[in-house]
Amino acid sequence: MTPGVLIIIVLVLTVAGYVLGRRRALALAKRDGARLHSLPGYYGQSVALFAAVPALLLLAAWLFLQPLLIENQVSTQIPNSAIPEGGARSLVMADVRRIADGLDRLVEAGSLGEDDLATMRADFSDIRGRLASIGVALGSNVSPAVFQAAKSYRSLNGTGSLLRNTAVIGVSLGLGFLAWRRVRPSMRARNTSETFIRALLMGSSLIAILTTFGIVGSLLFETIHFFRMYPAGEFFLSTVWNPQFRGGSTLGILPLLWGTFYVSFVALLLAVPIGLMVAVYLAEYSSKTLRSFAKPAIEVLAGIPTIVYGLFALITVGPLLRDWIAQPLGLGSSSSSVMTAGLVMGIMLIPFVSSLSDDIINAVPQAMREGSYGLGATQSETVRKVIMPAALPGIVGAVLLAASRAIGETMIVVMGAGAAARLGLNPFEAMTTVTVKIVSQLTGDTEFASPETLVAFALGLTLFVFTLGLNILALYIVRRYREQYE
Amino acid sequence: MTDLTATPDGAAVGSKSGSLFERGARTRRRHAAERRFRMIGLAAVIFAILALVGLLGSILSNGLSSFRQTYVVLDVYLDPAKLDKTGDRDPAELQKLTTFSYAPLLKTAMETLIEEKGISVDGASSKDVDAIISKEAAATLRHFVLANPSSIGETVKFDLLASGRIDGYYKGRVTMETAELDRNVSPQQLMLADELKAAGALTTRFNLSFFTAPDASDTRPEAAGLGVAILGSIYMMLVVLVLSLPIAVAASIYLEEFAPKNRLTDIIEVNISNLAAVPSIVFGILGLAVFINFAGLPQSAPIVGGLVLTLMTLPTIIIATRAALKAVPPSIREAALGVGASKMQATFHHVLPLAVPGILTGTIIGLAQALGETAPLLLIGMVAFVREFPAAPPGGFFDPASALPVQVYNWTQRGDPAFVERASGAIIVLLVFLVIMNGLAIVLRRRFERRW
Repeated sequence: MTPGVLIIIVLVLTVAGYVLGRRRALALAKRDGARLHSLPGYYGQSVALFAAVPALLLLAAWLFLQPLLIENQVSTQIPNSAIPEGGARSLVMADVRRIADGLDRLVEAGSLGEDDLATMRADFSDIRGRLASIGVALGSNVSPAVFQAAKSYRSLNGTGSLLRNTAVIGVSLGLGFLAWRRVRPSMRARNTSETFIRALLMGSSLIAILTTFGIVGSLLFETIHFFRMYPAGEFFLSTVWNPQFRGGSTLGILPLLWGTFYVSFVALLLAVPIGLMVAVYLAEYSSKTLRSFAKPAIEVLAGIPTIVYGLFALITVGPLLRDWIAQPLGLGSSSSSVMTAGLVMGIMLIPFVSSLSDDIINAVPQAMREGSYGLGATQSETVRKVIMPAALPGIVGAVLLAASRAIGETMIVVMGAGAAARLGLNPFEAMTTVTVKIVSQLTGDTEFASPETLVAFALGLTLFVFTLGLNILALYIVRRYREQYE
Repeated sequence: MTDLTATPDGAAVGSKSGSLFERGARTRRRHAAERRFRMIGLAAVIFAILALVGLLGSILSNGLSSFRQTYVVLDVYLDPAKLDKTGDRDPAELQKLTTFSYAPLLKTAMETLIEEKGISVDGASSKDVDAIISKEAAATLRHFVLANPSSIGETVKFDLLASGRIDGYYKGRVTMETAELDRNVSPQQLMLADELKAAGALTTRFNLSFFTAPDASDTRPEAAGLGVAILGSIYMMLVVLVLSLPIAVAASIYLEEFAPKNRLTDIIEVNISNLAAVPSIVFGILGLAVFINFAGLPQSAPIVGGLVLTLMTLPTIIIATRAALKAVPPSIREAALGVGASKMQATFHHVLPLAVPGILTGTIIGLAQALGETAPLLLIGMVAFVREFPAAPPGGFFDPASALPVQVYNWTQRGDPAFVERASGAIIVLLVFLVIMNGLAIVLRRRFERRW
């Protein structure tokens, strides 16, 4: 029985619970001549909730935990001698899973009975050949220990699924029955089901916290793992980034941080003045028609996925900068550079800065403008000497938010900034950033035992801490500023 | 500006003559500064709009050509002597024939075609003639024969893909000069292609397979399509929709209507606004560590992508839903409570239905954001080369698949310049989806949102 079928069974039980609960309430009320406390539907609802929710939660938890427990159990059965030289236990476990899967299919196809399987031994029969015949390809011949493990993996999985099915249906039936038994006219059915729903609502809102815990937990866990293999001092202070997949690599974060900040700096250098001027112009000067056209057009920029900007950097901006500026001036010959990524990222950030500043400029009280005009100031003088100082904290907040965006941006730098870790000043050279290296260390075949892979988690944690810090600071500043004028 | 009042003989500062009708030097300077400032503002707006135009223009000009493709119209004789030596059309036997057995048929067919049309180009070898057709053509033939075994022995008209370079020649990517230096194409081939085109055997038409075909290998850009990527993206959006909408609505209702003002509520709220600002790649790391390593879900599967994107879009939808709930005036709640509804009834029977348009708008915008997201998907293995279509749901959620934005990234990493065209074309498809979704959101908002 697959989880899908199980879910359908639980749902059927739920509907049955609703109907039965409602019917029982009506029948009892009629028999006793009593008045129902709640509408009849609520009696059905309370039975249905008890039949569905705990069973489904149990199923979810079971689906999550069963593979883990079984994996652990089987993994201890594999003797160290069964693990090939230089291989990892996880690879052997992958084989075990594949063999178990193949055996399942053999049984399903009818070419292998359960009894045959029990007596089948890896050293006597050609398991690899038989598995290949149904499309499960194995890299090498199956050793007896691995085959034994696969068999026990299979049987554990079978037992686990059986237990799961019984437990889920049992919980659904049992709790549904208990709830049904409790149904009587005097039962406060509405309150029961409302309390239940309220708990569900609260549970949903806790998912946000769970996500944060998940992020921090997984980052911290693997980062600690990384620092056990690689000295923290070198990670934070070394100026060389040179991962070697054979080991002996130098993993210094400084060149990556430098690249990140350099690209972000270029981006902000473009985005902040332009975004700010756009906001000022649209808020103070522009005609209604221009505003109604320009504001949405600029906001479209914010809705475009970053992969589009990445492609723009790769095929248009990069070659343009290389052919017209970098090469004639002898500054470099690479189309991916800090400038490319920075300019494109700057374009991406313009609507971000402008719409935040727009809100802030509009929040400056009209009386301050009028006071300034009354003293004879021109519009630009009012903007520069009255509105800007008044809006400054908010604008600083907006810039900080934009900076946190820039630091965490991935696709533009992956496609526009290059992959060479370098500590240099020339903006027309390729440099690399923290996010680029997270992508390059974690894509492809990842094996979770080497520092070269785990370093990505340390980089991720650094990134998380930076962006979170910037955000909290920015939100604090913006909030304080808002309070000032409210 | 304050100087005016500070000077005792004010007239001297304003203008020498003291006339109110004539502007003094200082006023002129200030007005010039005003104009400059205004111009800078306008320039900034124009720059931003030009950037948008440039961005879209560059993508469109590079990508629109990918919706057209050059085909060779070829009559191929499906020779029984080569395809079915036993003569009994046994499907198992036919299955064993690889594309290598089909290549000679194409060769013969091409030679016949050239002969019939009386085309000859100096210095064009028979290899040049063969290479006009894509390497994918043999697979097309094989596919056709396997589907219609009875057609063996007949002559069938095929529209076969022309090779990427020939296609590029008609899209302006390849010229006679570049062909000179190119190992994969020769000027003779281009001349041959021109002759074929003149004879009507080479056509350029709408490229439907771009939307339906799976990805193709490095050497066959002409055959690469978006089928698997579009399907994978749709699967992921389904997962995101099914998971994020109920969770987000439930969480928002709790926070907006029921949550007591206490420490826990505060923490949840701060948490949600912070989650909205966490870089997307961090969610990818979370997905890799929790869903793939810890829970053992398969790599490259739409279910994992969907889960990661769900966590990512939850804050967006929660924020939108809360705004929609907040926009329902308190009088509605009070009226419901006044006639004896419980708080839960007031919320579910009255407030929630009124907030539905706002919630849907927020959800669609959240989905659009999720659809374009690339970085987290790279980390959970969606970037793998996938040619097999995932099965129908729910099993297909666990099969390897690609996704639209990831396919774009994937293609930009390939050597052949024809893939740049494909990547831009894929972006256009992605943008069309986004425009449709955002348009839907705007229509919903316009038609159903009530102003109180």
